[in-house]
Amino acid sequence: MNFQVNGRAAFAYTATHAVDPAKRSVVFVHGAGLDHSWWGLQSRYFGYHGFNVLALDLPAHGRSEGPALTGIGEMADWVRKVLDEGKIKSAALIGHSMGSLVSLEFAARYPEAAQKIALIGTAYPMKVGEAFLDAARRNDQAAYDMETIWGHAAQVPLAGNPNPGMWMYGDTLARLARLAPGVLHADLCACNGYAGGFEAAAKVRCPALFVLGRRDVMTPPKAAADLAKAISGSQTVQIGPSGHSLMAEAPDATLDALIAFLA
Amino acid sequence: MAGPKYPGFDTLALHAGQSPDPATGARAVPIYQTTSYVFRDAAHAASLFNMERAGHVYSRISNPTVAVLEERMAALEGGVGAIATASGQAALHLAVATLLDAGSHIVASGALYGGSHNLLGYTLKRFGIETTFVDPRNLNAWKKAINQNTRLLFGETLGNPGLDVLDIPAVSKIAHDAGLPLLVDATFTTPWLMKPFELGADLLYHSATKFLGGHGIAIGGVLVDSGRFDWEKSGKFPQLTAPYAGFHNMDFEEESGTRAFLLRARREGLRDFGACMAPMTAFQILQGIETLHLRMPRHVENTRKVVVFLKGHSAVQAVMYPELDTHPDYKLAKQLLPRGCGAVFSFDLKGGREAGRRFIEALRVFSHLANVGDAKSLVIHPATTTHYRMPDEDLKKAGIGPGTVRLSIGLEDADDLIADLDRALKAAK
Repeated sequence: MNFQVNGRAAFAYTATHAVDPAKRSVVFVHGAGLDHSWWGLQSRYFGYHGFNVLALDLPAHGRSEGPALTGIGEMADWVRKVLDEGKIKSAALIGHSMGSLVSLEFAARYPEAAQKIALIGTAYPMKVGEAFLDAARRNDQAAYDMETIWGHAAQVPLAGNPNPGMWMYGDTLARLARLAPGVLHADLCACNGYAGGFEAAAKVRCPALFVLGRRDVMTPPKAAADLAKAISGSQTVQIGPSGHSLMAEAPDATLDALIAFLA
Repeated sequence: MAGPKYPGFDTLALHAGQSPDPATGARAVPIYQTTSYVFRDAAHAASLFNMERAGHVYSRISNPTVAVLEERMAALEGGVGAIATASGQAALHLAVATLLDAGSHIVASGALYGGSHNLLGYTLKRFGIETTFVDPRNLNAWKKAINQNTRLLFGETLGNPGLDVLDIPAVSKIAHDAGLPLLVDATFTTPWLMKPFELGADLLYHSATKFLGGHGIAIGGVLVDSGRFDWEKSGKFPQLTAPYAGFHNMDFEEESGTRAFLLRARREGLRDFGACMAPMTAFQILQGIETLHLRMPRHVENTRKVVVFLKGHSAVQAVMYPELDTHPDYKLAKQLLPRGCGAVFSFDLKGGREAGRRFIEALRVFSHLANVGDAKSLVIHPATTTHYRMPDEDLKKAGIGPGTVRLSIGLEDADDLIADLDRALKAAK
């Protein structure tokens, strides 16, 4: 679906269905440097099982026009405008990594619009190492390498991909190669600079699910524990063999967790 | 602070795409000799068919053993993924059929394997796809041959049989400036000698029958996508960027971004044309890949010794090997192929066609057959075999004369190979 937000072109994948305000809606928010297609299997499932699906391309990602947004709060406000554009009063938000912070902040700022939030591969604070930030600032290939290698469990390059014939590292690198200069750095700064996590958690009124990869080296489960405690009644699902890229590394287990949560 | 490291080539050649079998613990890649896979329940079946879950449905589309080979080759080449096919020719056809329609046009190197030349020059013409063949060294010719219907540029990393080195950085720039992808046949180089994606190619394929297998026991191909070509931005490929009624109105690029080409190639190409690889073949090719990094240096080492011998022999008119400073691509080869120029090359015998016949029939260690890239040394006379159907003018363009002999140097003792050649050259006089 192509639309306009703040006068700029934006895109959301809708699983080839028209948005119907009468249906329940699920909004997918991707992580740093990525785009809507990162949610391929999961977004398609919900689109074909009675939900409106909006798998977003945040500004400067995928098919959405730039410039990149520079803060998590700004991204949460942008998501709200997308819902307004689609005449959707409320939705479940599913966010991965940076997108999980956006979903959390959205639920705090717009409690009436957040039915549920699922935070996948999350941590708070989501600090980013100086070497990673610096490489991204210079648009150096090393930043894309760090995102790729740390973004998957250590066994990924030497193990089979659940998606037949695909090479996870190659896929991530190819996506990052399409990013405009500065976008990954803007995203990483947004994660690193986000300081409102516990404040937002205290304001969450909707059910919250944490989906965490036990082999995640970027946002290890222990780094999400305090945030999970801060959201009253939140549930946590840990997926054994997965690293940070849960939707690709453990697509079925991730989908099953989401199906159970959104049922 | 040192950044994280990728696994090296040798490790990927042995491991990529497979962890010990979760059902049995088998360390070797199991051969999943099955046509189909039991669904957990009706909902699971529907989800697999509608691409909501990952997995296998039917072995024409995907198979766990074949998937290991595909992922391993994608890892070795640095691509997003791969599709294994029934042969190298099936891989070329799959690439063309995924991207081109009747009325489309290809610009291709004139120095191609005879089978590829036949497909492009004759067979695809019957289906409305035209090809203009150009001198691969003439960059202006590549540029000038592109027209409004062109959808693909195509060449071999090392041309067959003259070993023209394709200037991938320059040709890919010409392609990209025109909004087109560059496909290369990387059979002669393998990922050990060259990484075409790092040089600018967008798609590549191998005849896995050759060096990847190395044993001469299995026919197969592998098509690999870099995932770097932006089909949406090009605007020339509605096959990937517009809803397709043949697959649930899927817009492949919108659905999967970097994986669009492979998604359509698998879901349409394997489904409808059906030129898939058998699981046993995938297993056999994988056995070869596990030692690719050990075999290729020896292939190159033996080839260099044989080239030196032939170059100094009085019965030999010319040797075409890019590591010789007499080869027109000597400088380019140094730049693009620092590890070596492979193990397949040609030389011209003095005495033409009849000398060629006597030479081939006198060989004892070399096998006279239509293949290359085997662990055993091979020989063929292109003008009467692989390139038999090419007109003389096209043969000349491809650098083939009546006395041209193509050798594929294997892993035997180099001294034995040289002795065999020496005996046959004496017989040819």
